[in-house]
Amino acid sequence: MSSVCLSIKNMTMAYGDFVIQRDLDFTINRSDIFIIMGGSGCGKSTLLMHLIGLQSPVKGQVFYGTESLWEADINVRQRILRRTGVLFQSGALLSSMTLAENIALPLSQHTKLGAMRIRNIVSYKLALVGLAGFEDYYPSEISGGMQKRAGLARAMALDPEILYFDEPSAGLDPISAKLLDDLIRSLRDNLGSTIVMVTHELASIFAIGTNSVFLDAETKTMIAGGSPKLLLAESTDPKVIRFLTRGEMEKHNSHNTTIQGHNAL
Amino acid sequence: MNVNYLPCEIKITQQASTLVLALLGDWVLDANAPSLQPLLDQMLKGSSIQRVIFSTKNLGHWDSLLMTDLIRVIDQGHHQGIEVDTSTLPEGIQGLLKLVYTVPERLDAKRIDAKRHWLEWIGDGALAVIKEATTLCTFVGETALSLWALLLGKARFRRIDLWINIQDCGPSAVPIITLISFLIGLILAFVGALQLALFGAQIYIADMVGLGMTREMGGFMAAIIMSGRTGAAFAAQLGTMQVNSEIDALKTMGFKPMEFLVLPRILALILIMPMLCLYADLMGIIGGSLVTVGFFDVSFLEYFNRTADAVHLKDLMVGVTKCSVFGILIALSGCMRGMQCGRSASAVGKAATSAVVTCIVFIVIADSTMTLICNRIGI
Repeated sequence: MSSVCLSIKNMTMAYGDFVIQRDLDFTINRSDIFIIMGGSGCGKSTLLMHLIGLQSPVKGQVFYGTESLWEADINVRQRILRRTGVLFQSGALLSSMTLAENIALPLSQHTKLGAMRIRNIVSYKLALVGLAGFEDYYPSEISGGMQKRAGLARAMALDPEILYFDEPSAGLDPISAKLLDDLIRSLRDNLGSTIVMVTHELASIFAIGTNSVFLDAETKTMIAGGSPKLLLAESTDPKVIRFLTRGEMEKHNSHNTTIQGHNAL
Repeated sequence: MNVNYLPCEIKITQQASTLVLALLGDWVLDANAPSLQPLLDQMLKGSSIQRVIFSTKNLGHWDSLLMTDLIRVIDQGHHQGIEVDTSTLPEGIQGLLKLVYTVPERLDAKRIDAKRHWLEWIGDGALAVIKEATTLCTFVGETALSLWALLLGKARFRRIDLWINIQDCGPSAVPIITLISFLIGLILAFVGALQLALFGAQIYIADMVGLGMTREMGGFMAAIIMSGRTGAAFAAQLGTMQVNSEIDALKTMGFKPMEFLVLPRILALILIMPMLCLYADLMGIIGGSLVTVGFFDVSFLEYFNRTADAVHLKDLMVGVTKCSVFGILIALSGCMRGMQCGRSASAVGKAATSAVVTCIVFIVIADSTMTLICNRIGI
């Protein structure tokens, strides 16, 4: 099951002249739970924007399978992106629509399904995320965690092959965050979708991540990659270790590493 | 990505009291799903059926389409007391079904549109009016208190905010005020001139335009423009701040939003509206003079002399006073709708809309009242 789903080739991201990250080169396999991690301001969310077609790279390519996202014309790009779903940080539900209307929106736009069928699918998706019965609620009437789950239901509306998450556990209590992690994992297991997640929540990273890329703000490129657990066990890069241990490893390590760590800052 | 999907089918065979559902082909959203109704009906009538099992040997791809149909079958089985055995389904489907049924449906969450009695409508309407009036009074009261604090020198806001607001309300509004007042003067002159020319009394166009603009139209039009331009902007700004919790943040830092946000806006409009009014008057008179001089054989000098004779200082004062009142009303309703705003994007839209509606209603009411008063006391 390790066929390549998404590959990023030699990509440079920039706002005008200001380079965010350069020389990004990695692949995401089918059924991975792929973590994009790094400190604040390193360009994690910008990378996500490039993957979901909201921002184009200055240099390099994003391949979905064998198709290049940014060299394709707009119709092809939309067809590629139809196979993806995105959960934004705050859910990004449209506030003027009920949850049911939010989830039905992509279904009614992109498929020829009848109203009855769409209603069934909406109820099913809401039940999947544990919100059965909340069809007629407006986003402002439910809690933040529920909004996030409803956003997930909308992201899954079209049965995407790839699901993107931007900081899924931000703003959730540890228990809700764990439940969301479990949900993400069981969706991956049962639907076989690929998950790409931007997060710096260590608990999630170790609990569900199967592969990862570590972006560094200072050198403006990726400095590590691979399974997060292996990374913690085997990485020698002080920045990566500091990140994955919340900086607590320094106390145990030699004086030398501490100095390096500080210099790195 | 163009996979050729096989058509999906469902084959039903009954073995004694067991119903075997064989799922064939690819059950994907684009496919033409067979109707489930015969099956559901069969489960309804068939008291002989006690168990439903699935056969998925020939099942290809599947997605939400299959899931929703399975859920319907399972729910039907549940209602009719028929056991639905899902253990032969693929693992993925079983996992998803488990997720679907872990959290039971919140029945109390369902919204039911109960029919309401018409008396209830009227009652709710009346209560809403009372509530609206209370919030308005509260807001006016709070504004008065913050103005009082300003007089005592205790009001806390940034001076720069006042200047920024003055810039936004005043100089930035000049182009649109110029255009509209100029055209209003032009139109007034044309409408009047056609009648007055019948009597050869073209020179009185100057009286009409001069008095009309200074006493009424100049200030009124400026106020209408400002309610659309600035009232809506105030509501949208404050509403967005409400959505982003910025107003809560100010409160926790010990600022009073009424002083910090509302006061500079109200002050800016109070200061700027009289000036905009005078400017609109001037533009209207110029507009009127162009029509009169251009089409009705009156010289510039005659027109301006006539205007100077007809328009007195008190007329200007009436117009400017009215316009200042409008300014306060615009600032009040714009800020009030912004501060009341809910916490979503659509709420900001509603706040801006209702700010403009409130402004215009207030302006019209205030204008009629003040005109009536001026008429009675003979100003």
